[in-house]
Amino acid sequence: MADLTSTFIGIKSPNPFWLASAPPTDKEYNVRRAFEAGWGGVVWKTLGAEGPPVVNVNGPRYGAIYGADRRLLGLNNIELITDRPLQTNLREIKAVKRDYPDRAMVVSLMVPCEEDAWKAILPVVEETGADGIELNFGCPHGMSERGMGAAVGQVPEYIEMVTRWCKQTTRMPVIVKLTPNITDVRKPAEAAKRGGADAVSLINTINSITSVNLDTMSPEPSIDGKGSHGGYCGPAVKPIAMSMVSEIARNPETHGLPISGIGGVTTWRDAAEFISLGCGNVQVCTAVMTYGFKIVSEMVSGLSDWMDEKGYSSVDEVVGRAIPNVTDWQYLNLNYVAKAKISQADCIKCGRCYAACEDTSHQAISMSEDRTFEVIDAECVACNLCVNVCPVEGCITMEPMATGETDPRTGKPVEPDYANWTTHPNNPGAVAAE
Amino acid sequence: MPNTQMTPGIVAGRLDSDQLSENFADLHPPYAGHEAAVAADRCYFCHDAPCMTACPTDIDIPLFIRQIQTGTPDAAAKTILGQNILGGMCARVCPTETLCEEVCVREVAEGKPVEIGRLQRYATDHLMASGEHPFERAAATGKSVAVVGAGPAGLSCAHRLAMHGHDVTLYDAKPKPGGLNEFGIAAYKTTHDFAAREVDWLLQIGGISTEFGKALGSDLDLATLSKQFDAVFLSIGLGGVNSLRAAGEERDGVADAVSFIANLRQADDLSKLKVGRNVVVIGGGMTAVDAAVQSKLLGAENVTIAYRRGRDQMGASRFEQDLAASHGVRILPHAQPVAVHGNGAAAEVEFEYTTSADGKLTGTGETFRLAADQVFKAIGQTLDGAPDGLEIEGGKIKVGANGSTSITGVWAGGDCATGGDDLTVTAVAEGRDAAEDIHAKLMG
Repeated sequence: MADLTSTFIGIKSPNPFWLASAPPTDKEYNVRRAFEAGWGGVVWKTLGAEGPPVVNVNGPRYGAIYGADRRLLGLNNIELITDRPLQTNLREIKAVKRDYPDRAMVVSLMVPCEEDAWKAILPVVEETGADGIELNFGCPHGMSERGMGAAVGQVPEYIEMVTRWCKQTTRMPVIVKLTPNITDVRKPAEAAKRGGADAVSLINTINSITSVNLDTMSPEPSIDGKGSHGGYCGPAVKPIAMSMVSEIARNPETHGLPISGIGGVTTWRDAAEFISLGCGNVQVCTAVMTYGFKIVSEMVSGLSDWMDEKGYSSVDEVVGRAIPNVTDWQYLNLNYVAKAKISQADCIKCGRCYAACEDTSHQAISMSEDRTFEVIDAECVACNLCVNVCPVEGCITMEPMATGETDPRTGKPVEPDYANWTTHPNNPGAVAAE
Repeated sequence: MPNTQMTPGIVAGRLDSDQLSENFADLHPPYAGHEAAVAADRCYFCHDAPCMTACPTDIDIPLFIRQIQTGTPDAAAKTILGQNILGGMCARVCPTETLCEEVCVREVAEGKPVEIGRLQRYATDHLMASGEHPFERAAATGKSVAVVGAGPAGLSCAHRLAMHGHDVTLYDAKPKPGGLNEFGIAAYKTTHDFAAREVDWLLQIGGISTEFGKALGSDLDLATLSKQFDAVFLSIGLGGVNSLRAAGEERDGVADAVSFIANLRQADDLSKLKVGRNVVVIGGGMTAVDAAVQSKLLGAENVTIAYRRGRDQMGASRFEQDLAASHGVRILPHAQPVAVHGNGAAAEVEFEYTTSADGKLTGTGETFRLAADQVFKAIGQTLDGAPDGLEIEGGKIKVGANGSTSITGVWAGGDCATGGDDLTVTAVAEGRDAAEDIHAKLMG
């Protein structure tokens, strides 16, 4: 059986599945239940500076969007950092870490952007026996209006400065959590690295309004008839998160910087995908808020079985494996030709591929009287839309054409060699192939 | 001592009132909102959907289900009712398992279709609960049409004509409207007096005057109607019942299944309705199943459906056959009645086994007897009292594509006319299409 034990920036955990800093990690009761369920580690919900805690709204703090059968696809929240006293949290962190020494205990922190504030909190956190800290530079609502969270995360210079203060003050490894509410995620990652960060984690939540109540004309979640943008997370944000992770993994300035992947991780497969894009581990929140802590059992068995099947003996062997295959559009092989193929044995004759192709794409699917749907190779550009709208997985596939075969759409043979846009005759800036 | 299922003869009160009301509750209880949402989410919104094609009234099923999905069940109801004004009844009685749901791609893929009938009921119930009628009458045309027979075909035709602005007089031989919806469908398929409520709701369109208790032949005649009105639509159903042509058919205890079903539907107190201990129903269609199942629900101890051909040739769908079997009704195929025996009243039915080869049915010569104190004939209805001068084909009024008959100015539809299955939904389609044709002719 594959070894799922993980050592991330020196922090050991029995598996690479951590709970992200969020409501599930706000107190001892929840975290103990999480560890009993099998989670490898937690990032304790963000602590603020000593003093009166923040207060939360007393109405709805979450909003959601759904797929069919009311599957929760996206969740947003307007909750702030922990609203419990600092000392209570520290006492509980210490107690839990003492009882679960094999689990990762990382503490998320957010204090004002002043060196004294950071220097004050780091020793008391260190005293709990925590394994590391995560700097919350991502929270997009509430705290950012007070000059913290995303307000710091959107200014690379601040990230670098605060990271450096922390590294100078504590022995604990420092993870910098990045906000996606920025144009180029590579800049804050570079800043974190310059400041000495041991790792970055991303993504934090995305600015969002999930819905509008059409009776009251108030955005949801609505507090006394008003709504504020909240942080969006869940399966819907996974593609955004994976793209950002891959950019940091590919960027020469940050390549090799450990990454903790966050954003819509719901199943073992999601986790494996994040890991393949360069993440040393993953953090989960929305999935457990939807289904409870038990899902970690599926994540452990799924990742382990898949690794066994592929012959990977450790998580580290998977980290970044897909990164060499992430490239820029201009380097994609324009001589690669595929055609959609519909398996008649699997087709249930719903005709959605036909509607999609006929109405919105290339008129490359025919429909007969008896509802047989077939691809017209002479029209098919292999766009994949039919695959995406088909309700039956595996019914429509994209079949590559062999070298030398004639593409009935262009009338030209499939070329054997790789050729991309940079050398294409239609490209005004094309460079001659060497 | 009260009667039980074991009491010999044809008696009332075999079951107590609580058991009876439980037995005759809604066969498919209506969806609650959550159930409807879950069921609606299963629809794939197929292109040129097979369910639509299978629907005799061409309801845009994917559209109405999407309207339910998006929280607008009244809009869904309008999509349904625009094609089929009796969409509420059809949602209850359509054999969806042989129509829309049979061809649902999820039936093909998983053996579990989207429950179209129940979704249709959810939408139509939702709109009808408001009491409002969703259609408006066009400006009066000054034309008048007589609709003879207030069953599904007549109601559908009358509504569509009234909507186009014509003045309609709706006749029926029975003292109340509804036809088979009111008198001919198992009680558990249309509970809480739905048929009558639906007619009241339908008549809200306006422009329809009703004259019930008037039968063609005795109170009305076609020649007079044709003079009095600009057009006539005949939807008189099938009033006659086929005979068994078996010895002893006249014995006490032998009755028409249709009358039994009608009496049951009109009964105020089911505990006063008589049923045999040993009931034999002869026939293989929906009427046979309705009579057999309801006999069982009333407390008959043994109920058998005897059919002279094989099960796959029964008019009742497999779903209906299974429904009967699940209520403990025995289905006995390949048995044809020879005689009803008894001393005055029926006591036994004698059957002969049959075989069929090359479509030809022959008796094997081997006979057997079934105990029977009550025997229901459900072997088909016949056209009764069709006016002279109308061309008849295969025992029905011959009609063209849109219900036109051999007499100019006279249209016909529903069970009394040729074409289509004898289903509520088919009758609705025929009434609607004839109305459109009448409208075109009158305004052309």
